[in-house]
Amino acid sequence: MGQQQRKAVALISGGLDSMLAARVVKDQGIHVEGLNFFTGFCVEGHTHAIRRVGKNKPKRNNSLWVAEQLGIKLHIIDVIEEYKDIVLNPAHGYGQNLNPCLDCKIFMVNKAKAWCEENKFDFIFTGEVVGQRPKSQRRETLPIIARESGADDRLLRPLCAKNLPATLPERESWVDREALFDFHGRNRKPQIALAESLGFSEYAQPAGGCCFLTDKAYAGKLADLWQSRGERDYELDDIMLLKVGRHLRPKPHYKLIVSREEGENNYLSGYRNEFISLESKSCNGPLALLDGEPRDDDIEQAAAIVARYGQGRDAEEVLVEVRMKNGDLRELSIKPLAADEVPGSWHV
Amino acid sequence: MKCLVAGMSENSFNLDARRLLCPLPVIRTQDRIKELVAGDLLKVTCTDPGALVDIPSWCRIHGHEVISTDTVDRDIIIRILVK
Repeated sequence: MGQQQRKAVALISGGLDSMLAARVVKDQGIHVEGLNFFTGFCVEGHTHAIRRVGKNKPKRNNSLWVAEQLGIKLHIIDVIEEYKDIVLNPAHGYGQNLNPCLDCKIFMVNKAKAWCEENKFDFIFTGEVVGQRPKSQRRETLPIIARESGADDRLLRPLCAKNLPATLPERESWVDREALFDFHGRNRKPQIALAESLGFSEYAQPAGGCCFLTDKAYAGKLADLWQSRGERDYELDDIMLLKVGRHLRPKPHYKLIVSREEGENNYLSGYRNEFISLESKSCNGPLALLDGEPRDDDIEQAAAIVARYGQGRDAEEVLVEVRMKNGDLRELSIKPLAADEVPGSWHV
Repeated sequence: MKCLVAGMSENSFNLDARRLLCPLPVIRTQDRIKELVAGDLLKVTCTDPGALVDIPSWCRIHGHEVISTDTVDRDIIIRILVK
């Protein structure tokens, strides 16, 4: 009687490490499927969809691309609502910015465990490497992830397994521990060498990670959003808009989101019924959304800022159309602010 | 509607994924297809050009067939035969 084929689910980010881990486990005869969690903060997808910058790069979701290269199924799971609690109340605190990396990994492994149980899979694995990341991938934190996620010894890290105690899949010989790896630290050379030996000539190498919460500028905008609203909460549209345009807060009670290019103009125009919007009419210029409750003089100030970022910045006056949320329009003829009239402190 | 493709049922369904950015159109497609049966046709309308790559990729991975992709103004229409 043949041995039962074991099934494992991989956390697939779209980067090199999870790609390698999945290939290594699959090559051991395990049936592998992938999970990818969409938190709303993922770098994947959105910015290249909104902005025209880098338009020559392939507009693809790297986790799907990786799954296709590996010949495995990938399930993308929307965790936007559940993830809020991780961002707002991380039990293990934040990393350098607003990144709750350790809680995030515990959350995702826990979701994978639930998926495993529902789909009768045997174990979970990730592309984690001990010592690679300062918050979540340290020798002290890897056991915390296994324990607090509830995955315990059904959580395998194929790329650094030999540096860790043997897990259930290794002890039961579902996988051959000797054919796994002992990578450690931030050096990427072993992964690159393994990729070459497996014939991977192309793989994603996201600069700065795969989550906007690790980004200092983005985290600053999120903190500003919470401060201005007097509460720590968000909706998907809020966190999407933080990825778009220049954000300027001239006064505590209002903020402007000014597009930087056509793609952002198009994206922001989809929010014209939810925000007051401003756009220069007498010359080319950006579309801007006004978030807050402005007074009349605030709208004039906002129009002068919008004019500053258009082609009429040196003109005596620019005609700016102001559209209220209900569709009412008014036009303001306004002198654009000079560069030195936009203090750095306004930039969020 | 007449069956134009072998294996296609009489049942066709629409999914509006406009204004959603990837991967949300993929997730909505994935979740809708879970509720359908082999032979059903799903027409997905979206606006993120990334969906033109990602939805066919998801379909290939899961064994569903993209019958056509069209662009009408800013709408992208992807027709999928559920397998």
